[in-house]
Amino acid sequence: MMTPMPAWRMVPREQPAVKALAAVPLVTIGLTILCSVILFTALGSSPSVVLYNFFVDPFTSAYNIGELLIKASPLILIAQGLAIGFRARIWNIGAEGQLTIGAIAASLIPITWSRSESALILPAMILLGATAGLAWAGIAAFFRTRYNANEIIVTLMLNQIAFQLLYYLVTGPLRDPMGFNFPQSAPFPDAALYPPLFSGAGVRANLSVLITILVSLAAWILVSKSFSSFRLLVGGIAPNAARYAGFSGSRAIWISLLVGGAAAGLAGVGEIAGPIGKLQRILSPGYGFAAIIVAFLGGLHPLGIVMAGLFMAVIYIGSDSAMLAADIPTSAPVVFQGFILVFYLAAHVFVRYEFRRGSSLAPGRRT
Amino acid sequence: MDAFVFVFGGAFMTATPLLLAALGELTVEKSGVLNLSVEGMMALAAAIAFMATYNTGSHLLGFAAGAVSAMILSVVFATLVLFFMANQVAAGLATGILGLGLSALLARSYEAFTLAPLSKLDVPLLSDIPILGPILFHQDLVVYLTIGIGVGLIAFFYRTRAGLILRVVGENPHIAHSLGFSVMKIRFRAILFGGFMAGLAGAYASTVLTPVWSQGMIVGRGWIAVALVVFGTWRPLRVMMGAYFFGAALLGELAVQSGGIAISSQLMTCMPYVLTIIVLAVVSRDAVRIKLNAPVSLGENYRPIG
Amino acid sequence: MIDPAKPRNDAVGDAERTCSPALLEMIGITKCYPAVVANDGIDLQVRPGEIHAILGENGAGKSTLMKLIFGVATPDGGEIRWKGQPVSMENPATARSLGIGMVFQHFSLFETVSITENISLTVPGTLQDLSGRIRRMSEEFGLPINPDALVHNLSVGERQRVEIIRCLLQEPELLILDEPTSVLPLPYVRQLFATLRRLAERGIAILYISHKLEEIREICHRATILRQGRVRGTVDPARTSASELARMMIGREIPHARHKRASRSGRVHLRVADLSYNDPDPHSVDLKQISFEVRAGEVFGIAGVSGNGQFALARLLSGEETLPAEESGRIVLFDKPIGSMGAEDRRARGLAFVPEERIGRGAVPDLSLSQNVLLTGHRKGMVRRGFIRRRQRDRFAERCIDEMDVRCAGHRAPATSLSGGNLQKFIVGRELLLEPTTFVVSQPTWGIDVGAAALVRQRLVDLRDAGNAIVVISEELEELFEISDRMAVMYEGRMSVPVATTSVRPEQVGQMMIGHFDAAAPRQTA
Repeated sequence: MMTPMPAWRMVPREQPAVKALAAVPLVTIGLTILCSVILFTALGSSPSVVLYNFFVDPFTSAYNIGELLIKASPLILIAQGLAIGFRARIWNIGAEGQLTIGAIAASLIPITWSRSESALILPAMILLGATAGLAWAGIAAFFRTRYNANEIIVTLMLNQIAFQLLYYLVTGPLRDPMGFNFPQSAPFPDAALYPPLFSGAGVRANLSVLITILVSLAAWILVSKSFSSFRLLVGGIAPNAARYAGFSGSRAIWISLLVGGAAAGLAGVGEIAGPIGKLQRILSPGYGFAAIIVAFLGGLHPLGIVMAGLFMAVIYIGSDSAMLAADIPTSAPVVFQGFILVFYLAAHVFVRYEFRRGSSLAPGRRT
Repeated sequence: MDAFVFVFGGAFMTATPLLLAALGELTVEKSGVLNLSVEGMMALAAAIAFMATYNTGSHLLGFAAGAVSAMILSVVFATLVLFFMANQVAAGLATGILGLGLSALLARSYEAFTLAPLSKLDVPLLSDIPILGPILFHQDLVVYLTIGIGVGLIAFFYRTRAGLILRVVGENPHIAHSLGFSVMKIRFRAILFGGFMAGLAGAYASTVLTPVWSQGMIVGRGWIAVALVVFGTWRPLRVMMGAYFFGAALLGELAVQSGGIAISSQLMTCMPYVLTIIVLAVVSRDAVRIKLNAPVSLGENYRPIG
Repeated sequence: MIDPAKPRNDAVGDAERTCSPALLEMIGITKCYPAVVANDGIDLQVRPGEIHAILGENGAGKSTLMKLIFGVATPDGGEIRWKGQPVSMENPATARSLGIGMVFQHFSLFETVSITENISLTVPGTLQDLSGRIRRMSEEFGLPINPDALVHNLSVGERQRVEIIRCLLQEPELLILDEPTSVLPLPYVRQLFATLRRLAERGIAILYISHKLEEIREICHRATILRQGRVRGTVDPARTSASELARMMIGREIPHARHKRASRSGRVHLRVADLSYNDPDPHSVDLKQISFEVRAGEVFGIAGVSGNGQFALARLLSGEETLPAEESGRIVLFDKPIGSMGAEDRRARGLAFVPEERIGRGAVPDLSLSQNVLLTGHRKGMVRRGFIRRRQRDRFAERCIDEMDVRCAGHRAPATSLSGGNLQKFIVGRELLLEPTTFVVSQPTWGIDVGAAALVRQRLVDLRDAGNAIVVISEELEELFEISDRMAVMYEGRMSVPVATTSVRPEQVGQMMIGHFDAAAPRQTA
């Protein structure tokens, strides 16, 4: 008599399910590990070796933990900046390019004053790097607000342009004249490097970790309490309501892109003034893209981003050691990242929808 | 004159992967779905097609394998967007990253391997016409097929019932559902077709256009294809013209260098990206035209209620 | 405005209609949604050749019932019979194949394709063949349209004709019309009724969904009244008084706003002078030389069928859309040009606005009520040095809930969890708490229940009586006659000369709504 009901159906929740919200990252990580183990086993690696190298080895020595912090730091820094835009549905995919430009700009100081020991060098680099990243992202903001050009495509194209600019500079004007034609600049003086946090312990973690912690705290306070952040949020989830309220759409685009660009530029300074210590052809193992995943996995929340950034750093460190121990290829982290984001988006459905048996609304419930 | 023939004849080849991917993306967007994983799908297909062609010696098998791999990836995207109701931008990025990662992972031992080129077909008589002959009628089979697909899509969109249904689903999925059309099914097929086309595009790029494997060989061409759909304001004919324009621009670099003009190669490599930004700005600034042509529901998820 | 005493022109006699077996029968139909039971054990019988009204106010379950008949949704319980046989309406295609056609309140037409292409989606045949059939059908039933026209160029009346022709081409035995007159100017209503009578004479059954009592009394043979998802009775509407129908429909008398005559002597609050505007949305009409002024202590009504430029006008008044700086003086608030000012600045100068879309524009669906007061209320001490003061914000939200009698689970409830009427009360309340001196309201009672509508209207009148200026943009002519002191009509982007409400009759305004602006021209000048 009745149409047969589908066994399950999706019903939107009135309010996001808090329990599901907490479970999403765990489910995501679980599924990612499962799929990756299957994939790498299929490629001929022993699953136990892979798992050990990925998830135990990074914590086995003080040096490794230091490395973890050094890798997590740029990821978290960039993701905090990107998350501000993502909440407003403004998609800055160009953090990698903004990081590159920030690093290039900051490197001009130690390359120009290569023997300086001034204490002003590092602050100047930080300022210049962040400003340059901000300006590079500002190009996309300009094209979006002035010409309505999609910021995803513009920021991506700006990435490619930034890479070519870096390539040109390290093979030409900024190349180390004493460097046997290697495409890199002269090494920076000590005054242009972030001081290590634990001097003498052989751990490379440096001041940039503290900067990241400070930025994350500031992001947390601003996101949870400031009116500006509320404006951006409304612009993202209900653009017509933002317009009705009188919140400027182009202001939201500018803020989102500029903050994201500054954070990426700062992360770029952290790389050249940290583990790398010079300008070279490749500055980042894809931090700008990985940070997109960190931002989502962290639920676009400043504290979640810190956790997600640490997790992503584990993957980077783990894949380094797995590469040596189990012949896991260098491209493994990117596959991991893809899995994480795919599973995260799939799992997130449970936050917004509940699944009900179709028959639960049977005639018996008539009131 | 040789440079002229080189640029305009070669433009058809460099344009072919852009056009294949753009026509696929156009179809997906017409149904109201924004799939930003084109770059990743092309990269995966390029790797799989290269490996298949290298091991079997058959370009046909290479194209088939590439197309299937990209379609599998497009199913992942479709699942996220259609079933899990994920944000389309985020889902496109996720699938794209997965594709890029798998591409690098699977073909890692093929770095710098090369393939035999695909032979060119001369159209009898016509290819003997001076200048125009070598430009238009001395191309490989895929170049001709791609033009055929473009023409076929125009006929599909504007002359068939199925094409009409696809367009109206993109305009208003709610009404389409209320008239009894399955929005999910139609969008799923469109996404699958988009995957198929991105697969052909990737396969062409790695096995015909530059038959040497290097990781990251797609370098932004998937994104240019996405931009091409905007450039063409969602009209297939304009998308085709835009693709050939970009094909010529991509080749300009080689022509300028062969002409002995000294310009930094990095600067020339940047040209297509700079051009993309500028053309995008010029086309997008006309908000009315964008609004008239863009599928109304583009980027919005739809879930039937009931 | 419609003469109930006018005799019905029946070809199918009463006896035949009452004795013939039911075409459609519904027995104990139930449909639940997460928050409500929309239909609760509905019984209904429709016979061939009868025009059967489903009467009920917004939210009574009329639309849900129609969706179940037409297969857009599936019932959770009960049985549907077609010509005596149990059927399951799995989707609209099943319903259509049985011989059921439906004209939705919101038309199911695609804007970017032609009339013929739209119709070809549900009616078999080549485009050429269909185009000819559409032309013949449109002549036969007095429904003039051009089959090759693109839908986005059509008026509402024309769109409705397309919908009806689409149904008729499938030779239905049952035609469902959902609130068919809600979008029609009065003269078109007469044409529609003539067409409906002709259809009924041919034995087609018509389900006529409406909340307009007089219309139902004029054209329907039987009426089934719904309230809160249940059937409250089936009557012969011609033999039932309007007030009795109203009581069955809402359970009590229809409340009216208490009113004292306005004294139109106050200062000019808002003046619009020669405002023209090219709408960037190509599907919308442009505004042409609109002028009016609103004084302290009056309600100015703007009538007209939706889609004649009201949307753009409201956005220009609210500041959601701004004019270039050199044209700023086209909109003047207290002698100050505001045309190029943003919405926040206008609000700071005492202009508040309630949009017609509640969800997504007047309120953010996923945010709580207290977060939603921040949208426009943040100036009322809720933000200090860029940081949100939650106590002030929550107190404001609670006051708004109290004063407007908003039924909700407290200020933390998300906006989506409220019914349309309660959300509208909340939004109106929030804007009133900003203490505006000039208040622009668009479609204040669209789709909300009678009680909430009455409260909203009363608050508008109260605000006027306190010496403020009010602009009400509304499709509901009765509403404008009830609360406005002067009114003007919009048609194709132009506005008529404003007239005093007491000096015009609804029929005249109806004529103005189809472009005859001289229908209410002041007589002394003639």
